[in-house]
Amino acid sequence: MESYLFPFDSLICMLLGISFTVWFTLLLVFIIVPAIFGVSFGIRRLYMKSLIKLFEVSELMLSVSVILQRGSAEPEFDMSDIFYFCRRGVESIVDDEVTKRFTAEELESWNLLTRSNYNFHHISTRLTALWGMGVLIRYGFLLPLRVTLAFTGVGLLVVLTSIVGLFPNGRMKNYLSDKVHLMCYRICIRALTAIITYHDSENKPKNGGICVANHTSPIDVIILASDGCYAMVGQVHGGLMGVIQRAMVKACPHIWFERSEVKDRHLVAKRLSDHVADESKLPILIFPEGTCINNTSVMMFKKGSFEIGCTVYPVAIKYDPRFGDAFWNSSKFGMVNYLLHMMSSWAIVCSVWYLPPMSRMEGEDAVQFANRVKAAIARKGGLADLLWDGGLKRGKVKEVFKEEQQKLYSKVLVGSSEDRSRS
Amino acid sequence: MGSTSSTLLKIPNVEVLMQETGFSPAHIIRLHDRFKALDKEGRGHLCPQDFGAIKELAMNPIGDRIIGAFFSPGKETVDFHTFVKILAHFRPVDKDRPKEPNSPEPINSRSNKLKFAFQLYDQDKDGKISRDELLKVLRSMLGMQVTEEQLESIADRTIQEADLDRDEAISFEEFRKSLEKVNIDHKMSIRFLR
Repeated sequence: MESYLFPFDSLICMLLGISFTVWFTLLLVFIIVPAIFGVSFGIRRLYMKSLIKLFEVSELMLSVSVILQRGSAEPEFDMSDIFYFCRRGVESIVDDEVTKRFTAEELESWNLLTRSNYNFHHISTRLTALWGMGVLIRYGFLLPLRVTLAFTGVGLLVVLTSIVGLFPNGRMKNYLSDKVHLMCYRICIRALTAIITYHDSENKPKNGGICVANHTSPIDVIILASDGCYAMVGQVHGGLMGVIQRAMVKACPHIWFERSEVKDRHLVAKRLSDHVADESKLPILIFPEGTCINNTSVMMFKKGSFEIGCTVYPVAIKYDPRFGDAFWNSSKFGMVNYLLHMMSSWAIVCSVWYLPPMSRMEGEDAVQFANRVKAAIARKGGLADLLWDGGLKRGKVKEVFKEEQQKLYSKVLVGSSEDRSRS
Repeated sequence: MGSTSSTLLKIPNVEVLMQETGFSPAHIIRLHDRFKALDKEGRGHLCPQDFGAIKELAMNPIGDRIIGAFFSPGKETVDFHTFVKILAHFRPVDKDRPKEPNSPEPINSRSNKLKFAFQLYDQDKDGKISRDELLKVLRSMLGMQVTEEQLESIADRTIQEADLDRDEAISFEEFRKSLEKVNIDHKMSIRFLR
């Protein structure tokens, strides 16, 4: 019995070994090496083009099969068709802009991801087969590939930044730190199959400034940081994030705040100003909105970063929703769930626009400046400019607004007694 | 942002309104803001022209029917309460609401949603959708894309499929039956802010 198993055993081992080697070599050659040097084979763009064709085909199949199911090629009517118009009509009556912004856009065309088609039911076998194959490819092939890359990217980031941290401060260290950061972020980009188009790169943020961008998902950081070097700002976390943060700060100065320090606005402002004043330090990357908006609008920018009084480099990021929705509804999904969603989507396609730098003008206060920057970003990215505070999603009411309400309430109390006497 | 408690105080009988419709205070305030925004002349009620000023509604093929749904026969104005009650039809169905035996059916129940849709078809309010009424709706929704014969054949086919008692018209029960497989909650609900 054993003598039978032996040759199979070693055969299997050999096959496994060979396939792993081939796998990793391919990975290295096609993904990691280009990431290191910042070149691209154009594989991802080719992939994107084929995906678009695939979506068009599936949409055609969808509409054809829906018509066929109804039994004729004529415009078919169903009693329930009126609901669509009715609903649209009522939506325009209610026209609650804020609600529209907070839930992910429902897509008109179906991009073969069940999440975005709420009414998925068996339409045609061919379409289901296509969807099934899509699931297999996404979860069986793309997901493991991406997870491997993600681990590689993060691992390299931690290891290499720690090594660079051993160097003495100086030009060599800065140069190496830049290279290391860029390389690792590029690997992470490939881990998400993110296909990014950068526009107007001549406006890229320079040292001594603050880079301000609209925020749709945690991926925004990776997207921007793979094209330029920034100093990150954030709260100190524990666990894996903490390890990454501590390693990164060894190579170049990032700004990490302790939880207690975050509440102290003056401390935050001081640290940011100090960083900005030092010309040798990298531009700070800040997302003033403070929470993830679903990429159709730009909510109220918090004024803190605009009070510092240095040049602001606005950046607009817009995701293409056809390929995968990058929006993170943090009150609904946790981080791991979100990353899983991201890594099992087809791709993440987005555009980044670097806008020309802006500074606070004479007689303008921080809030007006913030609004001006926000409007510029919204205009560029084709996003709707809204006045609402992004904090609405979690329902917090700031102290200032609370005080204002109390003032109005007391006014009304005096006023309402008059109304009551009248009625 | 909005002055929450003071706005709520200004609305008469707001508690009853919230009870009947199931909207939360935040919803009511949003709808009140919207009501005020539509009521451009500040009269405290809306007339058909106020609705007509909404661009997307004017472009909607059945826009005027939807507007008509807000004004009960004989009334020329809509006050805030009626506004909210009609919009309550579009609240998503409360899946967790316990079924109390004596409480009235909520405004956003499946049945009431269907009734709302039914009245969009049944303009003369005789409880039946006649062939003529169906043709009118079809003409509104399909516009000039379709010839008169195609329109008539569609109408005839629809009546044939749905009309169970063979009276050449679709009653509410037949309407309901023809839509039993349709996910009304999804199609006739809109997302109101939490």
